[in-house]
Amino acid sequence: MSAFTFEILVSLKPGLLDPQGKAVEGSLPAMGFDRVADVRVGKHIRLTVEAADEASATAQVREMATRVLSNPVIEDFEISQVAMT
Amino acid sequence: MSQPRIGVVTFPGSLDDGDALRAVSTMGGEGVALWHADHELRDVDAVILPGGFSYGDYLRCGAIAARAPIMAEVAGFASRGGPVLGICNGFQILCEAGLLPGALIRNRSLRFVCDDVWLRIETAQTCVTNGLTPGETIEIPVKHGEGQWVATADQLERVEGEGLVVFRYSARDGRLEDAYNPNGATNHVAGIRNDAGNVVGLMPHPEHAVDPDVGPTGGQPLFASLLATALAEVGA
Repeated sequence: MSAFTFEILVSLKPGLLDPQGKAVEGSLPAMGFDRVADVRVGKHIRLTVEAADEASATAQVREMATRVLSNPVIEDFEISQVAMT
Repeated sequence: MSQPRIGVVTFPGSLDDGDALRAVSTMGGEGVALWHADHELRDVDAVILPGGFSYGDYLRCGAIAARAPIMAEVAGFASRGGPVLGICNGFQILCEAGLLPGALIRNRSLRFVCDDVWLRIETAQTCVTNGLTPGETIEIPVKHGEGQWVATADQLERVEGEGLVVFRYSARDGRLEDAYNPNGATNHVAGIRNDAGNVVGLMPHPEHAVDPDVGPTGGQPLFASLLATALAEVGA
């Protein structure tokens, strides 16, 4: 068994209003950043899974991302592997 | 006359479980406290998932609660036709569990809303509206920060095409206008049902609207319908 570390980036689907992004965007001009647009806020999840091989680890993370880490109605996700020990 | 047993699930962070139990007994049912970590529904005739902030709304509203042990039992109960009502956070949990279509996201205004609103009844084919008439309006409170119902294009087409919308935010006379939509929900949707009509979720709080001493009483007919449906289960 090896330990595989992954990062999962969860973002709201394009086109879906992102109120958090809007709130952050609204606060930036007051700080002097007045040429900022298209702020979107997402989630970054990092986890380590023990598995026999990389394919099995990736498959597990993909299933987690689909079934709980993201909601397919409103969110997309990207998985990247960052380490193996 | 036998009383229907209505289960109310308490998750860590549930707030309105007490009011839901109280509303059940006020309306003549027997409230049965259920616990998120249990695997049994204690022979109840209907289940309510109450409002609150289960698991601190971590990850997404209702996401963790939807995977709690008791939810497997609730899903089984629902698939056998048992009446299930999700209120506010309970609605979010039902969507996250895949028992209802769509999802609830942050209010369009970015603000938490706490207000009495009017709802137009869209269908009587559910466990909580079978005593009402489509077109009728009821007044009950909302209190949420993430109540904007959204759906994929396919889901929306199915929800509207098959009459799965149960409640829409409206004026007292039933008119639909943006001004009466407290969270920007798609098509003014306040609550929806599953195909069979035994699973219903809504953002507003009928359990806070059964006692005339503390506000509007629009929750009474919903609880009356739920209790009557549950009682029919007892007889069955």
